[in-house]
Amino acid sequence: MAGQVSQKQFFQNLKKYYTFYTGGFIAFVILVGILEQMGVPNKMLGYMFLFATILLYAGIGFMAKTADVSEYYVAGRRVPALFNGMATGADWMSAASFIGMAGTLYLSGYDGLAFVMGWTGGYCLVALFLAPYLRKFGQFTIPDFLGARFGGNIPRSIGVFAAVLCSFTYVIAQIYGVGIITSRFTGLEFGIGVFVGLAGILVCSFLGGMKAVTWTQVAQYIILIVAYMIPVVWLSVKHTGNPIPQISAYVSALPKVTELEKQFNDKTTPKGAAEESVRAIFRERAAAADAKLKGLEAGGASFLAEEKKKLEDKVAELKATSADAKKTDVAEKAVKEFPADAAAAKAKWAADKSGNTAKAAPVAAHAEPFAAKDEAARNIKKKNFLALILCLMVGTAALPHILMRYYTTPSVKEARQSVFWSLFFIFLLYFTAPALAILVKFEIYNNLVGSSFAQLPAWVSNWQAVDKTLLFLQDVNMDGIVQRAEIAIGGDIVVLATPEIAGLPYVITGLVAAGGLAAALSTADGLLLTIAHALSHDVYYKMIDPNAPTTRRLVVSKVLLLIVALIAAYVTSLKPGNILFLVGAAFSLAAAAFFPSLVLGIFWRRANKLGAILGMTSGLGVTMYYMYMTYPFFGVNAPLWWDIAPISSGIFGIPVGILGVIIGSLISPAPSKEVQELVDHVRYPNLEGDISTVGT
Amino acid sequence: MAFQLTQKHHDYWTKNLRVTAILLSIWFVATFVVGWYARELNEITIIGPLGFYMGAQGSLIIYVAIIWYYARYMNNLDQEYGVHEGEDE
Repeated sequence: MAGQVSQKQFFQNLKKYYTFYTGGFIAFVILVGILEQMGVPNKMLGYMFLFATILLYAGIGFMAKTADVSEYYVAGRRVPALFNGMATGADWMSAASFIGMAGTLYLSGYDGLAFVMGWTGGYCLVALFLAPYLRKFGQFTIPDFLGARFGGNIPRSIGVFAAVLCSFTYVIAQIYGVGIITSRFTGLEFGIGVFVGLAGILVCSFLGGMKAVTWTQVAQYIILIVAYMIPVVWLSVKHTGNPIPQISAYVSALPKVTELEKQFNDKTTPKGAAEESVRAIFRERAAAADAKLKGLEAGGASFLAEEKKKLEDKVAELKATSADAKKTDVAEKAVKEFPADAAAAKAKWAADKSGNTAKAAPVAAHAEPFAAKDEAARNIKKKNFLALILCLMVGTAALPHILMRYYTTPSVKEARQSVFWSLFFIFLLYFTAPALAILVKFEIYNNLVGSSFAQLPAWVSNWQAVDKTLLFLQDVNMDGIVQRAEIAIGGDIVVLATPEIAGLPYVITGLVAAGGLAAALSTADGLLLTIAHALSHDVYYKMIDPNAPTTRRLVVSKVLLLIVALIAAYVTSLKPGNILFLVGAAFSLAAAAFFPSLVLGIFWRRANKLGAILGMTSGLGVTMYYMYMTYPFFGVNAPLWWDIAPISSGIFGIPVGILGVIIGSLISPAPSKEVQELVDHVRYPNLEGDISTVGT
Repeated sequence: MAFQLTQKHHDYWTKNLRVTAILLSIWFVATFVVGWYARELNEITIIGPLGFYMGAQGSLIIYVAIIWYYARYMNNLDQEYGVHEGEDE
């Protein structure tokens, strides 16, 4: 990408390169498809996809290597709006969006739409409040803006701390996704998969920083959107004859799903009666667990010993009568797995009780918002739904790795257009996910339910063999027929198994895996770069050694990138916490820490240093406090405030942060004339005799 | 060098604030009002139950339109008030 060509020519060249690239990628997929027909085993195909795509990203990363500070930090500020949109799309859509989203929607129906709305609507806030102004400011990082606008190292340092905290939380979720995908499709161990993925992340960003990451992200976006669309369109054609899943799902599939849900819940229909017989068994199991819990409470250790004795007697009796060996095995296993002490027994039986109670419940209607037993419970669900949307939206408009992308466009005008393209490219995937969830639900309710256990479809047995948490069928009432209540499903299966459900060859499954990998790698890249930039640019260059020469700044940045990546991979290999919670936590933290100070810094001239310090610390503090007190992982389990779940703890942090900025600013003197000029400077794309804040 | 803001600049900013406020209210209705009344909206059927359809698709289309309109409006406003940037800088 030569330095001298005009922006117009550059744009034309980019279009040519990426058209060529897309054609090449499709040719590669076809080639792998031909190899599959020739009998190459699936595992080999999986490896081909994994290594070919990582090699491709490495190639782009190598071609975009740079020793220029502006290119390393902000891709030389010449990424056209359209391409920055694609790069932002890839940066944005993580493994959670690509693989998890449709599954969440399958499992929670309407209530899962909080993620769809939250992760798209947030871009309205980015467009209206931040992107154009940050582009005019035009330095390298988000803490840069805090440092310049509020003055001094304290706001900048808090910014660095918050940027590292939320990006690190988020990056762990991404590397976890990379590990899962590589291990599932190539059979590598999870820990090794994490480090293979890490290599993939580093080859993109190490040599070329933001410039390399931008051009690989564009390439990754193309792969992930192709990989997402092909199976869904195919599935839609197969089920409804309509090639537009976003229409067919609502017009043809949803009414049928709703009709089936009604039958499942109505005992007078044949399907409902069969479901009821399964539910009755689950209810019995829940009641048995409940009885044991009560017995334990009354009898304590002696009750536990008695229960164990009963099981042992049963084994002895079975052995004596020498019935069938299978039954004896089951009984022996029950003795072996019998909880060792009262605490373990209580935990196990409580889990049995709640698990079986859930399985015995009627089917929730997919399209019904806030389904619950009474008005009060519905209101709690509604409140949490809206609170989660707000946290995700404000968090979107505060996550540094996204905001940073708008530093890379050539002008304020293109920054505005670029937000449009970003959301457009994100929208393509997000408005497909709910349709996919409905189409898969239709397949399962209509075709899998009612089929015979002796002749399950091939995809069911395949995925059951891979991982029982993804899909597990058990003939509970022993009638040989699959009932809805006998299917236990993990969300990720929805995207992963779609190609097979649609009857597509394995090559498309490989393509979906490559798409998931692209989604996880691109997000991880952006996040690691954000952390390394905050540490090398804001801490090292701006605070420790402002006279550092260019070469040393880049060396420091690269070394930090490597260290952060290794720490992140190490933490990930310990498998901490729940992915969805990590992601949600990152949004709440970013929302409370950055949004109030950034937006008020632009729109309220009077906001000053003390305000920013107070706003950021109080917002972040309240959010972290609430998370710590209520999220079960930390073990405190304090009562909830107004029934708000810990994932939405930003709902308390955001208003506190805004108040903090306002109060702190009003009790201390107005900002200096220079700062007020800076505010004017960011508000107008171009002014006569303007000051310059462009970073070098 | 310092710069002086003229009345024209203030008008530009006021117009910016106005369009921002209008688009933000549309965003608010498309998100929170639609979410709050989702159960009621589901009684109406347009391409599926309306409450569900809005969350899955309708509101998203509104978001894309909001950003598209803002970019177009502001880029024209820049020209009109002479605060646009040079071409191909």
